[in-house]
Amino acid sequence: MNREDFPLLKQDIIYFDNGATTLKPQCVIDKMTDYYSNYSANAHRGDYDLSFKVDQEYENARETVKNFINAKYLEEIVFTPGSTEGLNMIVNGFFANLLEAGDEVLITTSEHASNVLPWFRLVNKLGIKVNYIPLDDNYYVTLENVKKSITSNTKVISLAGITNVIGDVRPIKQIAALAHENNIFLVCDGAQMVPHMPVDVTDLDVDFLVFSGHKLCGPTGIGVLYGKKELLENLEPPILGGGMNESFDNPQEIYLKPLPMRLEAGTQNIAGVLGLKAAIDYLNKIGMSKINDYEKELRKYLVDKLIRIKHIDIINLESDSGILTFNVNNVFSQDVAYYLNKYNICVRAGNHCAKILKSSVGVTSTVRVSLYFYNTYEEIDNLVELLSNYDKIIKEMI
Amino acid sequence: MDNETKRAIIMEHYMHPKNRMRKDNASYTKVNTRNASCIDNLDIYIKFNGDLIEDITFEGEACAISISATSIMIENLIGKTTKEALDYIHNFYQMTENNTYDANILREGNAYQDIYKQGNRKTCATLPFRGLEKAILEHK
Repeated sequence: MNREDFPLLKQDIIYFDNGATTLKPQCVIDKMTDYYSNYSANAHRGDYDLSFKVDQEYENARETVKNFINAKYLEEIVFTPGSTEGLNMIVNGFFANLLEAGDEVLITTSEHASNVLPWFRLVNKLGIKVNYIPLDDNYYVTLENVKKSITSNTKVISLAGITNVIGDVRPIKQIAALAHENNIFLVCDGAQMVPHMPVDVTDLDVDFLVFSGHKLCGPTGIGVLYGKKELLENLEPPILGGGMNESFDNPQEIYLKPLPMRLEAGTQNIAGVLGLKAAIDYLNKIGMSKINDYEKELRKYLVDKLIRIKHIDIINLESDSGILTFNVNNVFSQDVAYYLNKYNICVRAGNHCAKILKSSVGVTSTVRVSLYFYNTYEEIDNLVELLSNYDKIIKEMI
Repeated sequence: MDNETKRAIIMEHYMHPKNRMRKDNASYTKVNTRNASCIDNLDIYIKFNGDLIEDITFEGEACAISISATSIMIENLIGKTTKEALDYIHNFYQMTENNTYDANILREGNAYQDIYKQGNRKTCATLPFRGLEKAILEHK
């Protein structure tokens, strides 16, 4: 649906790599061009009209994000360059000051690198432990397995809301409740979740959530860090400089601005923030529930067709998102991707930045189709037709 | 070389690569070579005898282009001196950049003479050569 809004779709391209990034609707491009063409002043600075307009729009964008994820306070919304940056801020600015040797952080083997490596650093620096919640036969996280993994030393559970390889939707609300019963913090990597389903941080009761703008039709280089206000108050600013301080005279007298500005040092990605707002407004107009329902229907349609092809092995048959991961028998995933590329079909091959997942799944690389609302049944028919002909794949993969 | 011949060479070396085996023997130098933008990941094992390359083997996971290029590299460079090998590697690089090169030296390596047209596969074809080149330069 809404294909006419996307200039890139006027090309003869089938884009199935939405887990990596999404296409941009004209309204997002126009908004950013408008800013750069007509009022590209800095925010929070001048006393002149142009800057005032930027100020207003920048803070309106914060309000839009707050409402989009139903946060309680504006101060809880911090603009970042993306999910990776957000997770690093949470780990290095908050947990690095809180955790001690022997404390445990629970993750899974299917987390994205950005929800693994920052924690590994604390293992090396502080002597904390990273433990893995076992995945079930479908590579899902069950509440039962979370329960079993919690010990008296567990201080943090850090999970993707939806994983980028398996596409499983985690029961974040229940896990958060369980975490809080045990005085454990819950960090949610929302990069693959927020673009694809309604997310309500107040209802989920997560302590921290991050997501990226470019995965929800917004620009690259902009993302959001949400944190409960009382926790963000204790997040040490990772970057110091202009825009985040009230005043300073000497090293003993540094006064920082209140949240969220304290965590947004330097000139911000203003065009990105405005583009992000345009993207969220756009998604809201379509409706996040509608997007979610459509993606699930589309995936079911794809699975029903692929499952009949003997030489295709689907890794995540059951998952409830728009992500489908598979392999073609005896063909390296990258060769499948190159073959499809010859027909202008964009899919991702590889380990999708979840490098420790291979120990659980047993295959080191896969082909991933990740859908979004602008994909169609006809596009899936095209893909299936190309994948159903094994001889053609072998003949044309090089 | 016509397209069918090129294809046949690449597929043959992909389906039946030469010397695909790990060597834990201390007389072999191991070098890992991988692409930043994709998942090709190969370990190459080289047995040097002074200036001579006595043996090369490999193991790992990679696409059809990388695996076949590795096999062709192995077939053509075992028994060569390091100087001859570097010369081969240099000519292979030249070919993948669509620069002038000596086709006689490359033999089956000419199967990749059109690879310069596919920017995203150029790195696959050169992957084993970058590994071997590194090992030779470190050996010296």
